[in-house]
Parts: sequence; C-alpha cells; structure tokens
Amino acid sequence: MKGALIISLSILALFSQIVLADPPGESSLSVSPIDTSHAAAAQEGHGSGDNIGDVIMHHISDSHEIELPFIGAVHLPRIELYGIDFSITKHVVMMMLAATLLVVVLSFAARRRHPNEVPTGFAAAIETLVEFIRNEIAIPNMGEALGIRFVPYLCTVFFFILTCNLLGLVPFAATATGNVSVTAALASLTFLSTQAAGIKAHGLGGYLKHFTGGVHPAMWIIMIPVEFLGLFTKPFALCIRLYANMTAGHVVILSLISLIFIFGQGGANPVAGYGVAPLSIGFSLFVNLLEIFVAFLQAYIFTLLSALFIGFAAHSGHEEEGHGAHH
Amino acid sequence: MEGLSFAHLAAGLGAGIVALGAGFGIGKIASSAMDAIGRQPEAAGDVRGTMIIAAALIEGVALFGEVICVLLAIK
Repeated sequence: MKGALIISLSILALFSQIVLADPPGESSLSVSPIDTSHAAAAQEGHGSGDNIGDVIMHHISDSHEIELPFIGAVHLPRIELYGIDFSITKHVVMMMLAATLLVVVLSFAARRRHPNEVPTGFAAAIETLVEFIRNEIAIPNMGEALGIRFVPYLCTVFFFILTCNLLGLVPFAATATGNVSVTAALASLTFLSTQAAGIKAHGLGGYLKHFTGGVHPAMWIIMIPVEFLGLFTKPFALCIRLYANMTAGHVVILSLISLIFIFGQGGANPVAGYGVAPLSIGFSLFVNLLEIFVAFLQAYIFTLLSALFIGFAAHSGHEEEGHGAHH
Repeated sequence: MEGLSFAHLAAGLGAGIVALGAGFGIGKIASSAMDAIGRQPEAAGDVRGTMIIAAALIEGVALFGEVICVLLAIK
C-alpha cells in the first residue's frame, strides 16, 4: 500500500506538471506587471482601489516566483522541454512539498515495530481516516472486491488534496488545488480509472454498449452523443468544484483584508482604515476557520464522488439505477 | 455604458442568481434530509451520505455558473 501511494503520487506530480504547462510567453506577460504593482503596493502601503483586484489575482494565481518570509521573492527556474513548459512554478513547489510531506508522514505512521502492534497516537488517527475511506467511501459505493482494490488510489487522492488544501492556509504558501490545471490532472486520473474499471468489468463490447443506453437503435443517434458527453461532465464537475471551492475561500479572505485598504484609501484616510480593520479581521478569521472545514469537506467530496463514478462504471451498466442518481 | 461595464454587471447579477438557485436547491435537500432523519433516526448515516452527494451535484452545476461569471468579470 505504501508502494502504491508513492507510485500514484509520482504519477500525479508528473501528470500535473504536464497539464500545468501554459504558454510561457503568456504567463511571463501576465505575471510580471501584476507582481511589480503588488510589490509597490505592499511596500509603500498605497494600494489604491484599482490594483486590489490585481493583488488578489496575484495571490491566487500561479507564478514563477515564490515569496518567503525574511528572504523575499525567490525566482524559480523556467524549464522548457520540446516546446512544453515544465517550469517548477509556485504551485508545483507546493505539490512537491505536499507529496514529500505525505510520503514522510504517512510512512512514519504506517511503520510497525511488531507485526501485532496496535497503532497509537498519530498512527491511530491516520488509521481512522484510512478505515473511514475503506469502510464508508470505497466499499459502500464500489462493492467489496473493487472497493478494496481502489482504496490505495482513493487514499492517495484524499490525503493529497487534503494536504494541498491545508498547506494553502499556511501564510506564504499557495493552494495548489486552487489551480485549475492541478484539479484537472486529479480529475483526469479519476476519469481514466472510471473508464478502466468500466472496460474491465464489462469488456470492451459491454463498455461500448453502455453508450447506446439500452434503447432502440433508432434512438442511438441521440443517445450516443449524450452518453459520450456524460462521460466528460462528471470529471469536469469534479475538477471545477475543487478549484472553485479552494479559490473562492481565498478570494473572500483577501477581499475582506482589502476592505481595510479600500476604506483607508491607501493611507490617506487612516481613521476609516483602522475603524474597519477589527471587523474585517474578525470576518476573515471566521472565513479562515470555515476554510479548514472546507479543506476536509472538499477532499472528502472528491474522494466520495471518485468512488461513486468508478462504482457506477463498474456495476450499473445501463440500468436505471445507474442513471437515477447522477442525471 | 460600454460593453465591458455590462459584462461586469452581468457577472455580478449572474453570481447572485446562481447562489440563489444553489442555495434554494441545497436548502430543499437539507430540509428533506432533516425530515427523513427525524422520521428514521437509525438511517441517519445513509441519509447523510445521499444528502452530501446530491448537494455536491447541485453545487457542481452552481460552480459552472459561477465560473462563467468569473470569466465575464475578469475579461
């Protein structure tokens, strides 16, 4: 299981990097002007109303540099292979950090000195989560045999998303799951697993027969495009849900903090600025606590829906029961 | 007003309408789930699981709408 975790994580990291690749010219254009305005606003405290939107965008978007306490902005190398951007960007660094943390921490939790040792403390806490994924997510939605086989994948996805989400709440860190490319890579893995499980359970013929929806051949011209699109909407929703939830929380926190600068008019009106500060700090603390809950909830939802989709593909075929719940 | 202002207006209004729809939908699910749990407390676990799945699917559609609004606002 530990091996499966490491392999899945490395595939995930590699895959996310490929999907992360954006045209290098475009990203350098979009990052640098925002960055200079942000640096100026941060240092001089003259963030006027116009560039607050830019500051927020700068915080939630990916960039080629990472800001660290005491050191300042560290420029990350731009790597380009065969015309594809493989740069280690801020979000890639956060993903690598999350993967390393997971491998180290979960290996530590999974180690056992005696074969019959009952895990205590931290290991017991992790075991509770893993057992929850196995008994409450995998087996009820995918059945005993398939569920057990997919527990390593589901655990990997759950812990990876959870770690990325929680790392995003640490000051000076970034939320890798708040990047649509990262969530698209994660959703693609679920998409591929779903198709693989479907083909394995029904054979290629049965898998293709699923597209007809089990109706009269005259209706196939409607059913096949609908079913084919239906394949993609589910992982697309998975991707957008995680991305939007993680981004939205950060935008709300940053907007609440920005209220101080908007009311203070960048230092021109300190009384209004100081006056609104306690209110906006209180609200952003509340949203921050909500974000901790959302981090767990979104990791759970992503894992649950992955298990559900894989289970549907493997079991339902084209009976009504398979379609009632997700249409 | 120029076109861009309309885009921003549409984004703001759209975000509100999407939130309205999603809130209504998820509220209905929650209320039905409360009823079901009140009637059959022993099925609370199953009801909760189904409720979360249904809420997540509604939320997915709502987020599609919100993403379109964001695209309108940042263009």
